[in-house]
Amino acid sequence: MNRGDLIALSPFITLSITAIVVMLAIALRRSHVLTVVLTLSGLALTLASIFGAICTVPREVTALIRIDHYALFFLGLIVTGTIAIAALSYSYFEERSGQQEEFYLLLLLATLGAMVLTAATHFASLFLGIELLSVSLYALTAYHRHSLRSTEAGVKYLILAAASSGVLLFGMALVYAEAGSMTFTQIASRIGASGTYGLPLTAGLVMILAGLGFKLAVVPFHLWTPDVYEGAPAPVTAFVATVSKGAVFAVLLRIFTNINIHELPALLMITSAVAIASMFVGNLLALKQNNVKRILAYSSISHLGYLLVTLLASGPMAIAASAFYLVAYFITTIGAFGVISVVSGKDRDADLMEDYQGLAWRHPWLAAVFSAMLFSLAGIPLTAGFVGKFYVVGAGAESSLWALIIVLVINSVIGLFYYLRIIAALFERKEEPATQHTDPVPELGSAVLACLTALLVWLGVYPGPMIEIIKEAMNF
Amino acid sequence: MILLLLIIIPLLGGLAAWLSDGKNSTLPRWIAMSALAFDLALVLLLWKEHATAVSLTPDSWLVEMQRAWIPQLGISFHLALDGLSLIMVSLTIFLGILSVLCSWTEISDRVGFFHLNLLFILSGILGVFLALDLFLFYFFWELMLVPMYFLINIWGHEKRVYASYKFFIFTQAGGLLMLLSILGLYFIHGKSTGFYTFDYPLLLGTVMSPTVSLWLMLGFFIAFAVKLPMLPFHPWLPDAHTEAPTAGSVILAGLLLKTGAYGLLRFVLPLFPDAVQMIAPIIMGLAAAGILYGAVLAFAQTDLKRLVAYTSVSHMGFVLLGIFAGTTAALSGAVMQMVAHGVTTGALFMLVGMIQERIHTRELGSMGGFWTTAPRLSSMGLLFVLASLGLPGTANFIGEFLVLLGTFPVNIAMTVIGALGLVLSAVYSLRIAQRVFHGTIGDIKLPDLSVRETGMLAIMILVIIWIGLFPQTILNTARPVLSGLECCSSHEQPISTKGGGQ
Repeated sequence: MNRGDLIALSPFITLSITAIVVMLAIALRRSHVLTVVLTLSGLALTLASIFGAICTVPREVTALIRIDHYALFFLGLIVTGTIAIAALSYSYFEERSGQQEEFYLLLLLATLGAMVLTAATHFASLFLGIELLSVSLYALTAYHRHSLRSTEAGVKYLILAAASSGVLLFGMALVYAEAGSMTFTQIASRIGASGTYGLPLTAGLVMILAGLGFKLAVVPFHLWTPDVYEGAPAPVTAFVATVSKGAVFAVLLRIFTNINIHELPALLMITSAVAIASMFVGNLLALKQNNVKRILAYSSISHLGYLLVTLLASGPMAIAASAFYLVAYFITTIGAFGVISVVSGKDRDADLMEDYQGLAWRHPWLAAVFSAMLFSLAGIPLTAGFVGKFYVVGAGAESSLWALIIVLVINSVIGLFYYLRIIAALFERKEEPATQHTDPVPELGSAVLACLTALLVWLGVYPGPMIEIIKEAMNF
Repeated sequence: MILLLLIIIPLLGGLAAWLSDGKNSTLPRWIAMSALAFDLALVLLLWKEHATAVSLTPDSWLVEMQRAWIPQLGISFHLALDGLSLIMVSLTIFLGILSVLCSWTEISDRVGFFHLNLLFILSGILGVFLALDLFLFYFFWELMLVPMYFLINIWGHEKRVYASYKFFIFTQAGGLLMLLSILGLYFIHGKSTGFYTFDYPLLLGTVMSPTVSLWLMLGFFIAFAVKLPMLPFHPWLPDAHTEAPTAGSVILAGLLLKTGAYGLLRFVLPLFPDAVQMIAPIIMGLAAAGILYGAVLAFAQTDLKRLVAYTSVSHMGFVLLGIFAGTTAALSGAVMQMVAHGVTTGALFMLVGMIQERIHTRELGSMGGFWTTAPRLSSMGLLFVLASLGLPGTANFIGEFLVLLGTFPVNIAMTVIGALGLVLSAVYSLRIAQRVFHGTIGDIKLPDLSVRETGMLAIMILVIIWIGLFPQTILNTARPVLSGLECCSSHEQPISTKGGGQ
């Protein structure tokens, strides 16, 4: 390993050191503020080291990891997302009693797992990344130990994630047996050379898809989603919805671009079916929910369905579209859960519709942010979600996937129903006693939300620079 | 630059009005008024500069601006103004000012946020009338929905939540179909020329097979037909119009419906001339059916506001008929009808709003005999009712007459059915006049119009009659655009520019 390799690896090294420092700091002195400061500065250093690594890439660091512009782009996205979530967690946990310091340690480890995924080019690193992410998430999900729902969510996630890991491993074994290699590029070239796609190989790939699909919460692997979203603390939900899914999507996209999926009709068909089912199931089930977190859970299922469309599209627009959509999805989802965690009180998360009724007249600013995020999820102009959806539909149209994009369009309309329901609740005219006490909004949380909203509008109005960055990064 | 200013001033005015909301509830109103007055000054400047140029340069834009926006995808910030846009922009600002005025006493709740939404809608509508890049057009098209949704949802009447949902979902669904068509057109043009762009002038004349052209055309058409509204796509309209606050109804009827007709004229006809030819007979049939259907349903209503809402379906049927008849006379009639309907129906909604503010109901059954207690309200109301039924001397007459005149050589049956609609419109219009202004005097003592209200309605009457007597200003301004659109050249009507009613 030479100097260049070390520089390329520096984001990973920096984050690992941060995790160790945070752990030692907790052992020496329990202080919420100190832990948060250490975590945030570690993450900021990691982000800086990503920029430092740009000039040394692309390079293969060991057989397991390839750091290229693609990986760095997703690293940047993941680390930025984690910074926002960590900052929001501070406001969220500051209100509560109990020991909060370990939360940040787990968050850092989960982020490390997600980072490994973005750079993984080998089954071993893929599995390592997934497990590091999952094991941290079990604990994070059940972080409110005394809350029944949180514990239930943790156990549910543990059992289902363990099962999905088994499926993933089995799929890897089958592919290895057929292709004789565990690196993506070699698998692709050997499959391409032999030109045959036997049943074991297809089955193996489908199982890998299933294993990863569990993490992405696409139908039919979505059953854990609403419960985990509802039970987990709001910042953790934001993490599960964005960083975890984004990293898994990055590795899935890498696999799909290496292995030409269009030569595998079975896989193509299954992925299309999964995409269509995710869009419909997510949106239709969201209609009947009364819990805001559950609505967002189902909405995220359908959004991953939209994202799968870009995976199936083959044109030059497709990869850029998925990257842009993910950026928009990160901003929007973290923003939405950020509002939830800021609104949440001491004892429970604000996840009922009633918690949001008339919010616009109590906290106009929070309601404006929440509406902006929901409009972005619905794909209304001036928001990043609009450009993202436009891009995805464009990528689909470019590859003539008309059936898929018509399903997407139908689903966008269904989705409007429940997004509008929340927005209508926000602006409901409720006669309230004039003296009602309104809780002050924490500064750090509002600052993060302000940044997210600014980004949301900026990407919605002037997406050119971001598209340029994505185009630069997405050259394999 | 002047075009950009037109769009940005209401946006900034809206933000200022929102921020100024405090103890003094008239400040946001004045800020909104001054923003629109500024826009009005700009429009008058445009009229003055281009009054002579309009009819001389049929092919070029009067004012144009183009800046790179998202060059990676071939999207530019392209605004341009021609005669048609100029008419529509003027109508927008005119009705915008009136809708601020008519909310002066009606809206007392969250005044700042109300004016923010009002001005944002106007800004979106102005953008729709000026945008020449398809992405930009779609952007503005969607942008005007959200504030309208809030306007209905927050300040509307009893069933406001239901109506706002219905409005949003209908129009959004139509919009998404248009998005598919826009992207289809983008890729077809890009693949055949190697140059990917959303720029409208470049996309004109894209070569495509008749089937593809038909499908793409339908995507655009449905989006515009929902807004217009055409017969099977109209169910959102009565609810939205009835439940919206007065200003919302004025903007919905006067402007939002017009964006649909404008879209047909600007995009559907020039981009897909062959496909339009193909489906024109069916659409004309639906338009004629809409004329009758709207009129019959209007007659059956007991809610005055709902009645006026249904008359919109009928009147916009004439616009659709004229557009798809395709002769210059019919197209001029359609444009004239758009302006006339915008002003007349806007005025009628304002009247309903004034009545509702006074007696707190819109039920026809509880009205009657207003002439004795409120002669100014009643006499002005009668004038608008007569304009709505197309009395010669009003702009509505010119519009309907020209549409029928232009449709006659294309399709006699539709002309006859459309003319029948005129009879029915007389029936419901006279019913309003009879029930509301005459008849038995109820126990309600109605205060007459205030100075502000009288002034507003008087200006609208002047506009209606002025256009009715001198329609040439509008016809001349629109003519260069329309003569370029004419798709059935065999039906050329030399009479078209003479107009009627003089």
